[in-house]
Amino acid sequence: MDETIAEFIRRTILKIPMSEMMTVLEAWNFLSESQLQTLNLRQRKDSLAQSVVLLCEEKCASLSDAALLDIVCEDLDLFDIEQFKSSFKKILQRALRNVTVSFRDAEENAVWIRIAWGTQYTKPNQYKPTYVVYYSHTPYAFTSSSRLKSNIPLLGQALTVASKHHQIVKMDLRSRYLDSLKAIVFKQYNQNFEIHNPTAPLQERSVGLDINTDSRIIHENAVEKDKVQRITQETFGDYPQPRLEFAQYKFWKAAMLTTTPQTPTQSLQFHNRFLETKFKSDLNGGILADREEPLRCLIKFSSPHLLEALKSLAPAGIADAPLSPLLTCIPSRGMNYFKIRDK
Amino acid sequence: MSVLRPLDKLPGLNTATVLLVGADDALLQQLADSMLKTDCASELRVHLARSLPLPSNVNRPRVDLLVFVINLHSKYSLQSVEKSLHHVDASFFLGKACFLATGAGRENLCSVHRNTVVRLAHTYRSPVLFCDLEVEGSRAAMAQRLARMLQISAGHVPGVSAMSLLSLLRSSESPSLEDL
Repeated sequence: MDETIAEFIRRTILKIPMSEMMTVLEAWNFLSESQLQTLNLRQRKDSLAQSVVLLCEEKCASLSDAALLDIVCEDLDLFDIEQFKSSFKKILQRALRNVTVSFRDAEENAVWIRIAWGTQYTKPNQYKPTYVVYYSHTPYAFTSSSRLKSNIPLLGQALTVASKHHQIVKMDLRSRYLDSLKAIVFKQYNQNFEIHNPTAPLQERSVGLDINTDSRIIHENAVEKDKVQRITQETFGDYPQPRLEFAQYKFWKAAMLTTTPQTPTQSLQFHNRFLETKFKSDLNGGILADREEPLRCLIKFSSPHLLEALKSLAPAGIADAPLSPLLTCIPSRGMNYFKIRDK
Repeated sequence: MSVLRPLDKLPGLNTATVLLVGADDALLQQLADSMLKTDCASELRVHLARSLPLPSNVNRPRVDLLVFVINLHSKYSLQSVEKSLHHVDASFFLGKACFLATGAGRENLCSVHRNTVVRLAHTYRSPVLFCDLEVEGSRAAMAQRLARMLQISAGHVPGVSAMSLLSLLRSSESPSLEDL
């Protein structure tokens, strides 16, 4: 065997992570079973690489065999998925004797998983499954909301271990549209479609020259309108927004309030830039008097298409531009459920 | 000091100009279109503004009638009008200004109480008109009414002045308004 081939094989082996070593060598299908059994996976990688090279010399590996090893390494991901699936299934089955786990491979390295949950004593409920989509090239998985809340930690654990990660974090991002979640999480929402239509910007700007507008109508604040359009475009871009239905803000006001008899109304102002919220109570103070626990306030925005609605607020004259950053940060921060402590 | 004054310019021949002030662009545009469709002997001009003061570098005709459009569905709309009122000369409120509140019909969407607008109009001693600008029929009727008011304010109707129209409108207000 050529020196160069030996070196090439050695370097290729060094690139393979130890956890995948056996899988790759088996898939390569060049070394025999008996040969593979002689390999000690507990030794250091350099020594392992040397052992592999020696075995290859025994079998007179050619350049094409070495090239095949290289290809198998590149194709590592295919085996990752199978390993992930079996590992995931094993973890769930070990924890709950009764569980149905099914997989479906989809495009873009997506694995769709369906889990029907049972317990040690009851059969899996096929009518309330949880669906998970795991993108194996990314550290992200999307799950459907499960009504059986007790299984969520187990699901998280199974995903973490099977995908060889250390921990799992739940993002505060929820929507009914998987594509929109993907667009936000993979940061693909801000891609402009290149449409070459040079007349389009002109139509937006020349407010008075529109053929539909009577020349007897004059828009006085054209400059201001343009500014609003510009700010809106800078904030939201030209592209279609990802689709979300809700944005929820939980506020805590931790300050203690004391009532004085002369002032029956207490006013609490949460985040002046966002929403001015006033709480009025009767003469004796009601819920606001001498309060020790923090005051909590939940504000929920809902819409069939929340981000498009927010985008249209300023141009429609319903709100000032620029909008509060708490609203506009939703796609860039990848969250639509917020917890805010007001000090 | 960019305050809007009613008599700082000479009038145009047979021309009457109305300035619609309101935050809701789409509604203003629709109202303007409806007004221009009315059958009117005078030549109408409609200016639309989101808020006052108006940009000062523009050459514009004398404003004969000032209409503040408040969308009862939007608090922002009310706030915008309240801010704009500070840039209007007091003499406009002698019959050359009025308030228009839209959207009272759909009560579940209203975030501004109609009494708020009534009180505001009362403070400025000007009439308040209610309609639904989103409904074609209501809008057309209001457009016609405004066109007529505009003609009077511009002095195109002999024997009736803006002031006399104002007192005519005022007498039809219910006495309980004084209690507000």
